[in-house]
Amino acid sequence: MNIFHREPKAENRTHFSVDRKFPHPENLRLSTHALSVYIGGNPILKLVNVEIPKNKITCIIGPSGCGKTTLLRTFNRLVDTIEGVKLEGVVMLGEHDIVRAAASEITEIRRLIGLVPQRPCPLPMSIYDNIAYGCRIHGISGRKKLDAIVEYYLRAVGLWDEVCDRLHMPASRLSGGQQQRLCLARSLAIEPSYLLADESTSALDPISSRTVEELFVKLKQDYSIVMVTHTLRQAKRIADHVIFMYLGEVIEEGDADQVFNHPRHELTQQYLNGAFS
Amino acid sequence: MNRRRLKDRIAGYSMFILTISSLFLVVAMGIGLYMKASPILQEHSLWDLLSASEWKPMKNQFGFFPFLMGTLWVSGLALIIAIPISLLTAIYLTEYSHSMVRRFVYPFLDILAGLPSVIYGVWGMLLIVPWVANVAAPWVGRSTTGYTVLACGIVLGVTVIPLLVSLFIEIFSNVSHELREATFALGATRWQTTKNVVIRKTAPGIVAAIVLAASRVMGETIAVIMVCGNLAIAPGSLLDACYPIPALIANNYGEMLSMPLYESALMFAAFILFFVVLVFNLFSRLVLKKIKSE
Amino acid sequence: MKRSIFEEKVFKALMYAAIALVMFFVASVVLSVFKRGLPLLSWEMVSQLPGGGFYMGGGGGFLNAIVGSVYIVGGATILGLIISIPVVFFLNVYLKPYSKFGFVARLAYDVLFGIPSIVYGAFGFTIMIYLGLRASLLGGTLVVTLLIIPIFIRSMDEVAKTIPSDLMEAAYSLGSTRWETIGVIVRQIAPAIATATLLSIGRAIGDAAGVMFTAGFSDRIPTSLSQQTATLPLSVYFQLQSPSLEVQDRAYAAAVVLTLIVLFLSISGRIIMNRFSRNKIQ
Repeated sequence: MNIFHREPKAENRTHFSVDRKFPHPENLRLSTHALSVYIGGNPILKLVNVEIPKNKITCIIGPSGCGKTTLLRTFNRLVDTIEGVKLEGVVMLGEHDIVRAAASEITEIRRLIGLVPQRPCPLPMSIYDNIAYGCRIHGISGRKKLDAIVEYYLRAVGLWDEVCDRLHMPASRLSGGQQQRLCLARSLAIEPSYLLADESTSALDPISSRTVEELFVKLKQDYSIVMVTHTLRQAKRIADHVIFMYLGEVIEEGDADQVFNHPRHELTQQYLNGAFS
Repeated sequence: MNRRRLKDRIAGYSMFILTISSLFLVVAMGIGLYMKASPILQEHSLWDLLSASEWKPMKNQFGFFPFLMGTLWVSGLALIIAIPISLLTAIYLTEYSHSMVRRFVYPFLDILAGLPSVIYGVWGMLLIVPWVANVAAPWVGRSTTGYTVLACGIVLGVTVIPLLVSLFIEIFSNVSHELREATFALGATRWQTTKNVVIRKTAPGIVAAIVLAASRVMGETIAVIMVCGNLAIAPGSLLDACYPIPALIANNYGEMLSMPLYESALMFAAFILFFVVLVFNLFSRLVLKKIKSE
Repeated sequence: MKRSIFEEKVFKALMYAAIALVMFFVASVVLSVFKRGLPLLSWEMVSQLPGGGFYMGGGGGFLNAIVGSVYIVGGATILGLIISIPVVFFLNVYLKPYSKFGFVARLAYDVLFGIPSIVYGAFGFTIMIYLGLRASLLGGTLVVTLLIIPIFIRSMDEVAKTIPSDLMEAAYSLGSTRWETIGVIVRQIAPAIATATLLSIGRAIGDAAGVMFTAGFSDRIPTSLSQQTATLPLSVYFQLQSPSLEVQDRAYAAAVVLTLIVLFLSISGRIIMNRFSRNKIQ
């Protein structure tokens, strides 16, 4: 079964401009320069310099504890929730300096950078409200407008046919895979430029996991996706660009084909061969 | 954009003010009661007030000794009754019982915890007081009306059981299973494990729970007033009437307005109660919080 | 028999005895009150004011106390919720989990929770005298409000603390401000709010020492905030002191009504906790 069989027509999908609700700065680039993150004085990230390429899937790989998730969470400043965290260096999103952003700027940055969580995490409200929530807080109202947005993004993640007759059911009743696609749709609905995915398929069964994966591949036409993944196979399947991290440092960064097939660095080679994980 | 931020700020500040002002209640209570109590403290020394036995407000004699002793006797007895029962119940529920049993017992504890103090008072008057008068006292060859330290202690002991049980259960369930299994593996029986591992490990928590229960017992008013006998003489045995501090305050609220010093004396009583409960609570809550965070 | 096995058996027997004793106490309290009061309970009791004054007898019931309790508890619950919900929200969203202020605040609410209601009553009374108020419906309501705020805050905070961090992050990652997450949080802890409300009503309706000074007592139903009012627990307590058996009967009947209300609240609290979690994410 092809879950995309009722996906919005191609010309529609790439043309958010048709119903663009939010200002869209052109050529938003996301990059870090000498980014260091300390938690309680311990360096978690050391002088990280990366640039996230546009309209590609960037996979961050590396052994557990290497700082993948911290890097991801620095992009939308969710690191702030950790006790004793300190940021140094520069993270730029277009003109926003994420490290130095004031509270009011952060909400805007978070709108531009969506997050698909590790475990599906629907908000405690109906399916409809889950999608509408983000739009409402960013100032979009009106029944008709919201109806259209909800339908549009549920279609975009292939969930519309499954739930269109029970939109006002609590989202917690959906299956795990459906919940994760709902979370994806929820992130898309506020029209981010970047999507962060933190092991977003790890809590799903293999079939749902594949479905979500395929969605990411489709979505890269319109979004730049940064993904932390714990399975090398997944990274090999979908990555266009790879960042390999080890003990808080970026060891190697480059085109997926190059990193996987012709790693330049010894450590990368060993990691890919399964010497450590 | 700025409006959203503004809303966030304003909401934050107003909630902060609400929080601060509700917290200020503790301070206000202490200061308010102390200020009301200060006239009598200027007239009599603290030691005189606490050690004198004569309570004759009309003659300007304010001896709190009988009331302090009443509170001590009653609270002590209540704890002596409640601690073993609660401890054994909590041990059974956490260490021995199946979840089925727990599901059956918890609602009973809920009910016990929820019943108002006045109902316990009615129960005391209907059952405990007659039992003391007709069974307990004749048994040791004395006769009383039944309105005694004993009756009061039993009623208070029962009121505090649910609090103690729930505190104990919370403390015991903080002990890790590995620790229990480690001694089981050495061939210890369940009770030995409980005694040597669970109770020893949670001893500070148990003490904190008991202190908390003590502060609850000392402040209990209506149930006490209904069964204590209200006699302003320091009790000498379990079968004497008594007059704990909360009963003193509650019984005299109507008359006190006519005499400033009398009012001040009662507010002094309230201040003692406040102060002791505050110290006890601070101690036990800090210990319990520390245990929970470990 | 080995000593350890013997000890085990003895203590197990003691535990059964303790459990049996607890059960016995529950049954004994509820049944003794019911046995004495239930036969006396009649429609007249709950629908009429005391005939010849509460102390003297002369027929009638204790409607004054029922209505008084409903007024005080209703008012205190509404006021209490208005104050507690923002405080819980502030503690859990605006403050970081490791905040020092949060620690002190929670400690203070624990302490406030432990302070006996007689002290609340005495304190409330001095404040009222200072403000020139006399014992009244208003005074009673305010003191009961103060009394139940810590209960509200503690029980809601207990649950709010367990809100999964994923959920907060999901809301933040959509660009919510802290204030805007309130919609999410309120839905998540709705069952806790409901249960906390019921628990607090239970404690508020049974409290006598706090309202003794501040609400006073009256044979009539108050028609304004400045009038004195009767409450159920005080009507039990005062009427039991009367020499008239008829009045004492009224007290026992009132005790039954009070017990029934509290039992109802305690049971529905449990049911809500189990059932109401429709939208809740575990």
